[in-house]
Amino acid sequence: MTKQPSDTRIVRPDYAIIAEWIRPRSRVLDLGCGDGALLHYLAEQRKTTGYGLELDDKYLPQCIRNGINVIQTDLDQGLAEFDDDSFDYVLLSLTLQAMHFPARLLDEMLRVGSRGIVTFPNFGHWRARIQLGLFGTMPISRTLPHQWYDTPNIHLCTLRDFEALCRDRNIDILDRRAVDHIHRASLGLRLWPNLLGEIALYQFTRKVISRH
Amino acid sequence: MSRQFPSDSVGLVHPRTVHFDHPLQLSSGETLTTYDIVYETYGELNPARSNAVLICHALSGNHHAAGYHDPDEKKPGWWDNMVGPGKVIDTDRFHVVSCNNIGGCHGSTGPATVNPDTGIPYGPDFPIVTVQDWVASQAQLADFLGIEQWAAVVGGSLGGMQAMQWAIDFPDRIRNAVLIAAAPKLTAQNIAFNEVARQAICSDPGFHEGRYYETQSEPWRGLRLARMLGHITYLSDDLMSEKFGRDLREGKINFDYGVEFQVESYLRYQADSFAGSFDANTYLLMTKALDYFDPAAATGGDLSAALKDVKADFLVISFTSDWRFAPYRSREIVRALHDNDLNVSYAEVESHQGHDAFLLKIPQYLDVFTAYMDRVAASC
Repeated sequence: MTKQPSDTRIVRPDYAIIAEWIRPRSRVLDLGCGDGALLHYLAEQRKTTGYGLELDDKYLPQCIRNGINVIQTDLDQGLAEFDDDSFDYVLLSLTLQAMHFPARLLDEMLRVGSRGIVTFPNFGHWRARIQLGLFGTMPISRTLPHQWYDTPNIHLCTLRDFEALCRDRNIDILDRRAVDHIHRASLGLRLWPNLLGEIALYQFTRKVISRH
Repeated sequence: MSRQFPSDSVGLVHPRTVHFDHPLQLSSGETLTTYDIVYETYGELNPARSNAVLICHALSGNHHAAGYHDPDEKKPGWWDNMVGPGKVIDTDRFHVVSCNNIGGCHGSTGPATVNPDTGIPYGPDFPIVTVQDWVASQAQLADFLGIEQWAAVVGGSLGGMQAMQWAIDFPDRIRNAVLIAAAPKLTAQNIAFNEVARQAICSDPGFHEGRYYETQSEPWRGLRLARMLGHITYLSDDLMSEKFGRDLREGKINFDYGVEFQVESYLRYQADSFAGSFDANTYLLMTKALDYFDPAAATGGDLSAALKDVKADFLVISFTSDWRFAPYRSREIVRALHDNDLNVSYAEVESHQGHDAFLLKIPQYLDVFTAYMDRVAASC
C-alpha cells in the first residue's frame, strides 16, 4: 500500500498520539503498514499484538525483519479474510486518501475491529487553500509531496469532509487531533484544526443505534 | 583431478541411511515393521542443538537437496538454489536435514524395497503412506539425530504440507514453519490430474499390477505420460509461451505425428529423464499422499480448529502464476493461522513461472524468505 515517505518528523508525532489512544495489550490490525514501524512502536509501547497488511513488495522483508506479522493484501479488495470483531483497533495511517473505496473501507474497519483509527493529510490546511485558492494550482506540501498527475492520493479530504462522511455512515468520532508537521498541538490548532492542521487523526467507533 | 565447486555450494555430500526397527503405525491402519530412511545433512548442529532445519521434499524430490554426490555430477541437489553457505537456508548458520520420505525410490524404504516377510519387492503391497506418516517417520529421524526441536521445517508444494503437519502433530518440536506454494488440501481438479497420472501408469501393459520388478518390463510409457501431464501443471501458460511459443524444431510442419513443436520435444525430454530415475509405484503412492492430505478433515472441515494447538510461527509464500496451488489456497492457510492468533507472514510473489517457481531464484521470493530465515537464525 502506498504510504507517505517515512519522514520521522511527520510520522513519529502521529505514532505517539495513536499509542496514547491504544489500551495496553490490545489486538491491532494495521492497514497499509509500510515497513511495520508503527506496529513495532505499538508493540514496544503498548505490548500490542496483531498483523499488518501491506501490498507493496518492498516493505515485506523490512516488516519481517522488524518482527512484524505482515500479510500481503490489496486493501481495495476488502478485509473479507478477517472475521467480525477480531481486533480491538484497526489502524489506517496516511493511507485513506490512497484507497479506491475509502467509505467502504471505514465500514470494513468497524466490522473487523471495535475501534478505528485513521490519520490523513488535511487538504483543508491553509497552505493547500492558498495554493489552490490564490495561485490556482494543486497543492504540494510536506504531507502531500506528489504532483497531481503522479500521486497515489486519489481521495483527498479535509477534516470537515471526513466528519460529514462519518455522520453519513453512523460512525461515532471518539477523539480528534490535528497536528502540524512537527507535532505542535497549539491553541491555534485546537481552535482551527481544519485550517492549521497538516495531519488529522481520528479515533472512532460504530454508533449504537437504539431500536425503539 | 578434484573439481572446484561454487563457493556458495555445500560441495560434496554423502547420503547416510538409518535403519529403524520399531514399527511405524500408519494412518491406513497398517504397520511398517522396519524401515530405512536415507538423509543428508549440511552445516553443523550447534551445541545447544537449536539450529536444525528440516527440508521436506515434494512429489518427485528426494534427500539430495544441495551439493554434489560426486565430482562429476552435472546438476547439484534439487534445492541448491536455496541451501548453502550464505544462501537463504544458510548452512553456515543452520544444520540442515533433508530426507527421502518413506515410500520413495531414492534409498528410503518404498515399493521397490524387498519385503522382509516375502523376500520379494513390496510392489503394490507397500502400504499407502500419508503426510502424517511421513511426519511421524521424520520425527523418528529427528530423535535419532538428537534434534528435540526444529528451528524450522521448510517445504514447497507437498513439502509445505509436511511442514504444516509438523506444526499440527508436534507443536512443541517446531518453532517455525515455512510453507511455499502449498495448499491446505487438494481440490477436485488437483485430484483429477493425479488420477489421470495414475491411470496412465496403471494402464501401461508393463505395469503388471505393480509387480513389474520381477518382470523384464517397467511401466515407462505410463510414467512418462504421468510426468508430462504433471509437468504441464507445474508451468504456466505464459512461461510455456515464452519458452517455446509455437516454435518448430525443423522450422516447418511435416504433416505427421513425430515431434514437431519445441514444446513436444521438451516434454519428451523431461519425461525420459524422469522415467529413467523414478519408480512408478512411488509415483502412485506420492500422488495418493497428496490426495489424502486434509488436516481439517478431523475437525469437520474447519481448518482453524485443526490448527488450534499449533504454536509455531509461519511464513507462507505463494506465486501469482501458480495455478496448481494458486495464491488463494495459501490464503486459506493464512486465514486459519490468524484466526488462531498465530504469528504469520504471507507473501504473494509476482512470477510467471507457475508452481515450479518455488525452486527458482526469484528476487522478491528470495528477499522475503531470507528476511524470515534471518529471524529464525537470530532465535537459534
